[in-house]
Amino acid sequence: MGVDGIGARAVRKEDKRFITGKGRYTDDMTAQGMGYAAFVRSPHAHAKVVSIDSSAAEDMPGVDAVLTGEQLVGDGIGNLICGWMIHSKDGSPMNMGAWRAMEPEIVRFVGQAVAVVIADTAAQARDAADAVVVEYEELDAIVDAVAAMEDGAPQLHPEAPNNLIYDWEIGDEAAVNAAFEGAAHVTKMEITNNRLAPNPMEPRAALAIYDTAEEHFTLYTTSQNPHVARLVLSAFYAVAPEHKLRVIAPDVGGGFGSKIYIYPEEMVCLWASKRTERPVKWVSDRTEAFLTDAHGRDHNSVAEMALDADNKITGLRVKTVANLGAYMSLFSSSVPTYLYATLLSGQYNIPAIHANVKAVYTNTVPVDAYRGAGRPEATYLLERMMETAAREVGLSPAELRRKNFITEFPHQTPVIMCYDAGDYSATLDAAMAAIDYDGFAARKAEAASRGKLRGIGLSCYIEACGIAPSAAVGSLGAGVGLWESAEVRVNPVGTIEVLTGSHSHGQGHETTFAQLISERFGLDTDAVSIVHGDTDKVQFGMGTYGSRSGAVGMSAIVKALDKVEAKAKKIAAHLMEAAEGDITIEGGELKVAGTDKKLTFTEVALAAYTAHNLPDGMEPGLKEGAFYDPTNFTFPAGTYICEVEVDPETGTTDIISFVASDDFGKIINPMIVEGQVHGGLTQGIGQAMLENAAYDDTGQLLTASYMDYCMPRADDLPAEYRLSTHETLCPGNPLGMKGCGEAGAIGSPPAVINAITDAIGSNDLSMPATPEKVWQLCQTTTKAAAE
Amino acid sequence: MYETNYHRAGSVADAAALLAKADDGKLLSGGQTLLPTMKQRLAAPSDLVDVTKIAELKGICEDGNAISIGAATTHAEVAASDLVKQKIPGLAKLAGGIGDPAVRHMGTIGGSIANNDPAADYPSALVALNATVTTNKRTLSAEDFFTGMFETALDDDEIVTSVSFPAAAKSAYAKYPNPASRYAMAGVFVAQQADGSVRVAVTGAGQDGVFRVPEMESALASNFAPDAVAGISVSADNLLSDIHGSSAYRANLVTVMAKRAVEAAS
Repeated sequence: MGVDGIGARAVRKEDKRFITGKGRYTDDMTAQGMGYAAFVRSPHAHAKVVSIDSSAAEDMPGVDAVLTGEQLVGDGIGNLICGWMIHSKDGSPMNMGAWRAMEPEIVRFVGQAVAVVIADTAAQARDAADAVVVEYEELDAIVDAVAAMEDGAPQLHPEAPNNLIYDWEIGDEAAVNAAFEGAAHVTKMEITNNRLAPNPMEPRAALAIYDTAEEHFTLYTTSQNPHVARLVLSAFYAVAPEHKLRVIAPDVGGGFGSKIYIYPEEMVCLWASKRTERPVKWVSDRTEAFLTDAHGRDHNSVAEMALDADNKITGLRVKTVANLGAYMSLFSSSVPTYLYATLLSGQYNIPAIHANVKAVYTNTVPVDAYRGAGRPEATYLLERMMETAAREVGLSPAELRRKNFITEFPHQTPVIMCYDAGDYSATLDAAMAAIDYDGFAARKAEAASRGKLRGIGLSCYIEACGIAPSAAVGSLGAGVGLWESAEVRVNPVGTIEVLTGSHSHGQGHETTFAQLISERFGLDTDAVSIVHGDTDKVQFGMGTYGSRSGAVGMSAIVKALDKVEAKAKKIAAHLMEAAEGDITIEGGELKVAGTDKKLTFTEVALAAYTAHNLPDGMEPGLKEGAFYDPTNFTFPAGTYICEVEVDPETGTTDIISFVASDDFGKIINPMIVEGQVHGGLTQGIGQAMLENAAYDDTGQLLTASYMDYCMPRADDLPAEYRLSTHETLCPGNPLGMKGCGEAGAIGSPPAVINAITDAIGSNDLSMPATPEKVWQLCQTTTKAAAE
Repeated sequence: MYETNYHRAGSVADAAALLAKADDGKLLSGGQTLLPTMKQRLAAPSDLVDVTKIAELKGICEDGNAISIGAATTHAEVAASDLVKQKIPGLAKLAGGIGDPAVRHMGTIGGSIANNDPAADYPSALVALNATVTTNKRTLSAEDFFTGMFETALDDDEIVTSVSFPAAAKSAYAKYPNPASRYAMAGVFVAQQADGSVRVAVTGAGQDGVFRVPEMESALASNFAPDAVAGISVSADNLLSDIHGSSAYRANLVTVMAKRAVEAAS
């Protein structure tokens, strides 16, 4: 591969195995005597489980066992947990209903498991699961979060009257009220953030192997954070003590957040493996994925923005209802609160902000973090408001934003966050230049001559990555710390293994992390292996989500590298009889500055392990570990601009151009960063125009397959994304990195909707902007123009 | 998927015999609908009789002033046929826009029309071109063949062997695809015969499957131009309505697609 340091567009080391079909995913794993699990799932959104008759299923060919929730609870397996405590504004803790991995009494969403069949083959298990007779007594269901809070609505959990989980607030309400009293202009909107299904390419899967002699479990699973999975499975679900449970997340085909959580199925596989004394595998099919993977977004908000006579924002008031589904998933409570409302200041100097968030139970699959998690909802709300306010006060959307940009750092917002560094004008300028903003009017006129409506829309986003420091998130209710760990093992011949607590499921860590070592020691990236995803190999780590593996995970590696470098230099100085301060490392060699004396990295590594001639008192070996806990969040930011053409006859929207100008701080591998942005933008465009997880009033999921759930495809997208980056270094971590994994999905939806609403001259558009919705609005505006 | 028995028929007679012997047999003619349905466990035929390897069901040939297409001819073969492109360009374009390349290389014309999915493309071409469907028992007109959503005049033991399309003076197909499935939300096939008569057939939008639009046909017979149909709308009453598009939206699409088809055919 070569020596590829920081900034090199190194090709991905992992791609050889992925594109030649040699990846090793959970479903590729087998074990002697393995049985297959198939779940019996509720067809009802809300029903009492009256009885479960498994006698016919038990007699079917190949069936080993039919297990139910009653047995699971009887064996002391714990309820699923929510790992972030939120308190309502009255100080009371959130109202949490019990979630059992298989439900013995009341099912609360379509697809919830009530029993599992273990059989010799997957087909036998499925056949037998279909033969389990479950008698249900149907109850009224509620799927709309706003309606769920009304008196008389069906109640999901006795712990949560009116289905209210919490009624939380942030900011200074009195200051906001004062700002509105003195406002020269108020912009008010109702804003919906549509519900999404995450759709990683690889569905969830688990293979649980119980060793009856050692009383030890091994779990292969599709996890973004295997150590957290082990911790939760052990400490809360009582499956096994930590040292008797090994969790391996091998190659994982995408997660987007949906594989952070510890779901019922992997718990049940572990428990069933012990009960049946055989390995148990479960692989989700795509329909199960739609029905049971945690969904994302689903907010209904009312937002008001106050501006003064000079068009400076003086206040922002937001009321949001967040649909959390039927149960509280692992980090669900934090998404519409600390990952959402803390970003409502955007890139703007807003002196007063108040947000009230009500989180609500409904008879739908649980909702949790999905690429961006809270920050897309905040960005969409704020950037729709900015565009709308600009139209209302008659200022260009760029001008209104520029007028209100934060320009001095650090900047303390009224909603917890303290922005450390940024240059918002720089990314706005770059994006406007890239799309030729000034030439838009001419392009619009040309499009009109072809009967097309052309529009342009901006989005200036900010987000927060590398959620931390641990003490701070702990004070806000987090149940875990949010640091990361690394160990750098130099082998006696000078090759290196890096053990990281981060987990790569598409991010390219095997390449970018190796580039850090290449940069530091001048070694070939092929001399470096990145080891991750196995709790028996790697020290405890927190995993990968929230765009944290650069800013937090790589910082831990840097800290460990600092220690390795220091020790290597001590050894080299000793061997070459030079002062430690005179040793430099370059091109894989340790040199004495100003002389021709040098040792190769291999020679120094070997010396560390032979230990024949080490400085007095030095321990042999060359292996160092580090834990890194950041001092602050990081704040990636940028401007996205979308230009569209709408066909008013059909409502079809074509994205003609999409430009992105991002500030991700230090970039290790620009090619991989571009890939992240491409994927993020595509998901954001998917949310804006195509994707919608829709339930009918009875709680049946209408979009449970790709026949109805519309994923973005190549021909839905612009011919190219034009990307640029502007670097302001993050002062909070040693590399100055900010994170790039979610920005595209966070920043793009409002750019798209702002562009379409600009094109059609109507602002009353919700996501996804389907052709029919756009056509309807075109009808209205055409009619209005005619009158 | 439930277990099933697969048979590869060597001739139409062989297929008929295999089908007659089966408890609950189904013809497999590309399987682009049947196999996904079976994978979802929504269908459980005891036997599948594959007709796609039967030589007499394959191929495209000129038959007087018509083109005869064997039932087991794939969409890709129809799309690539010089004969079809020359005589009925609208039909070649339609076939080239069905599903995706994988579907077009597996799916067949016989399989598609026998399934009569209300959102499938082919029914509009058969009706607009006044095609004749030949089975192992009889021949019947396209309009008699399609009898309703997923319904045809075929008997359980009847096998489509070929479809004959009279050449048209002008033909074109315009489809507005469902954004998710890419099936037609409204697909309009317009065909003008040498005598100036015009047929307009719509797929994707109707509750009962393919239907003709007589008002558009007569307007186009006197003036074959996009403007002739631009002001003609179909009633939304009998149109499909779902999360992707209301019946009113589909009605609009029928007019717009008709206009675009005429434009393409002109």
